[in-house]
Amino acid sequence: MAQVLPAERDLRRVIGDGESVPDGEVDGLDESDFLELYRSLVLLRTYDERSVVFHRQGRIGTYAIFWNHEAMQAGAVHALADEDWIFPSYRESAIGLLRGIPAATILQWWRGHPTGWWNPADYNVASICVPIATHVPHAAGLAWGKKLRGENACSIVFFGDGATSEGAFHEGANFAAVMGAPLILFCNNNQWAISTPLEAQTRAETLADKAVGYGMPGVRVDGADVLAVYEATREAVERARAGDGPTFIEAVTYRAAPHATADDPSAYIDAERVEQEKRNECVGRYERYLRRLGVLTDELDQQIRGEAADAMRAGIAAAEAEAPADPGLVFEHAYVQPPPELARDRAELRRVLGGNEG
Amino acid sequence: MAVATRELTLVEAVNDCLHHELERDDSVLVMGEDVGRAGGVFRATAGLRDRFGPDRCIDTPLAEAGILGTAVGLCMAGWRPVVEMQYDAFSYPCLDQLITHVGRYHWRTKGGMEFPITIRMPYGGGVRAPELHDDSPETYYVHTPGIKVAIPSTAADAKGLLAAAIRDPDPVVIFEPKLHYRTLRGEVPEGDHVVPLGEARIVREGDDVTLVAYGSMVPLCEGAIDALDGEASVELLDIRSLKPLDEDALLAAAAKTGRVAIVQEAPRVCGFGAELAAILAEKAILDLQAPVLRVTGYDVPYPYWTIEDAYMPSVERVVDAVRRLLAF
Ligand SMILES: Cc1ncc(C[n+]2csc(CCOP(=O)(O)OP(=O)(O)O)c2C)c(N)n1
Ligand SMILES: [Mg+2]
Repeated sequence: MAQVLPAERDLRRVIGDGESVPDGEVDGLDESDFLELYRSLVLLRTYDERSVVFHRQGRIGTYAIFWNHEAMQAGAVHALADEDWIFPSYRESAIGLLRGIPAATILQWWRGHPTGWWNPADYNVASICVPIATHVPHAAGLAWGKKLRGENACSIVFFGDGATSEGAFHEGANFAAVMGAPLILFCNNNQWAISTPLEAQTRAETLADKAVGYGMPGVRVDGADVLAVYEATREAVERARAGDGPTFIEAVTYRAAPHATADDPSAYIDAERVEQEKRNECVGRYERYLRRLGVLTDELDQQIRGEAADAMRAGIAAAEAEAPADPGLVFEHAYVQPPPELARDRAELRRVLGGNEG
Repeated sequence: MAVATRELTLVEAVNDCLHHELERDDSVLVMGEDVGRAGGVFRATAGLRDRFGPDRCIDTPLAEAGILGTAVGLCMAGWRPVVEMQYDAFSYPCLDQLITHVGRYHWRTKGGMEFPITIRMPYGGGVRAPELHDDSPETYYVHTPGIKVAIPSTAADAKGLLAAAIRDPDPVVIFEPKLHYRTLRGEVPEGDHVVPLGEARIVREGDDVTLVAYGSMVPLCEGAIDALDGEASVELLDIRSLKPLDEDALLAAAAKTGRVAIVQEAPRVCGFGAELAAILAEKAILDLQAPVLRVTGYDVPYPYWTIEDAYMPSVERVVDAVRRLLAF
């Protein structure tokens, strides 16, 4: 069994500040990797900013904003192979974009339209999990199951700082450790659970410390540093594939936006801190890094941003072009072999709706 | 003597009650996710932390089983916890504690200890929300021995039933119809206002058909009666308290018309409507002139919100049930 004690304290960082803090390096990344990461970041950022606008325009429903969380999502996914599974929470609703799920599909999820739900097996991206931490055991089970089958795939589960208080988090983490499951427990520590600050959630000095209790490594990384996230996740994936079991990654960031469009954080947020975080947000940091490296030109940047904007324009257009969902879909897919009562209910609904329902 | 009243929304009435009960009894405390600093995601607990301090209005860790489990211990230490579950479906992690302990502990102490926990939560659909913000889980709770359950449908009852729950020596669960938190307003008595558990309320009087409902289905039924526009004279009974149940009121309302439809938002199989129908079958069979009908949510996962209206009992489905009863 690998040595796991103690958990890390300092945040791993790669990207410097262009002044006193020098840039670091990540082995094995070439220019196309750098740009792919940037494309992912810009796509997620564009998705998020457009979604907030779409919400204001009444074109999507309640939406969980992930502004300044993009580096955690893009950095981690870049470290995975396609056969690895992703278990997102609502905060990572658009992470499937990085696996080829169309923007329209995810927009439809937030529009409450059935075409917003996908078959996880098509993308190795599980359904968006709304009840906090309840998907951690699922990811542990998937990883364990792959191991039992002798397959090489691992899984990664995304959850928040608040989620670490839930029983399901504990049970999933412990199972993964005991079974030696190839799992990456990726904690987005944005320091808030709606209005509840981290210090009301735990008295542990760091969330990474929790890993020690499960007998797995606890890694701490700057969640707004996409390269540090990538590198930490890659290391965890290597451990998982080598049969050394799960890793807990605490990615530290700060929620610089409301919890969701329905939330008014003015009652609890530290406005000054939010402004400070906004100045240091993750996409801009990486953009400046790439420019220092000479990898990103204005022209290329415009092209990448243009592509993302086009994808969103096409996405919302496709979503809005979709016909309204048939009410009869209420009865679809509740069972593989539906009990006959459901057909009777469906007939009743059709009768009451006056035959307008298919 | 005239009681002073104020016009409040349903959620304001809940808030008013909590202020009053915390003032009245200093062993009452409120706990839950985001209830303190933010005053609750629906603002049901707004102002409590400022007025009563962070030890009586507590932002807990994000852990529903922990919230309800520690409430059991808090009772043992002499407190009367009022716990908030942030949403209906997010209460499910607490069911373990509810079933294995909250409903049994008084019995286990052979009556020696009381567990006056109040669990309150917003419930129900129609709010165009993402998955699991829409459930009607009352059956899981009411099915649990040792637990009482009430569901208000007016602002005044939201205050009065919650006050009764807080003062009750047993664990009581209050489901608050979130669809109507801000849209339903009404006159609410100021100060002390208790609606005893176990008393149903006749909302409308009528002679042809009886509708039996609770929570957000009560305003829906009123809409259906209005839509019938005199086509039938309809009695509407708001059950209000599922356990204890006002059986006399149920049987009287059934006997009055002999034709009963029960309306519930939760899925049908083994829902509370099935219990009401069973009581009518046992005790009102000679008064009935038609089969007891149920209008319910369907037995499927609560659907995507663009088609949730097809799932929810609607004015059309209630009107349809009334007509079927009349035609029988
Ligand atoms: C079991 C459960 N309880 C409560 C909620 C309501 N809720 C939604 S998000 C949230 C806060 C989650 O905070 P955190 O885990 O830090 O993730 P973040 O939203 O910050 O990404 C809460 C309490 C829920 N979705 N599920
Ligand atoms: Mg958080």
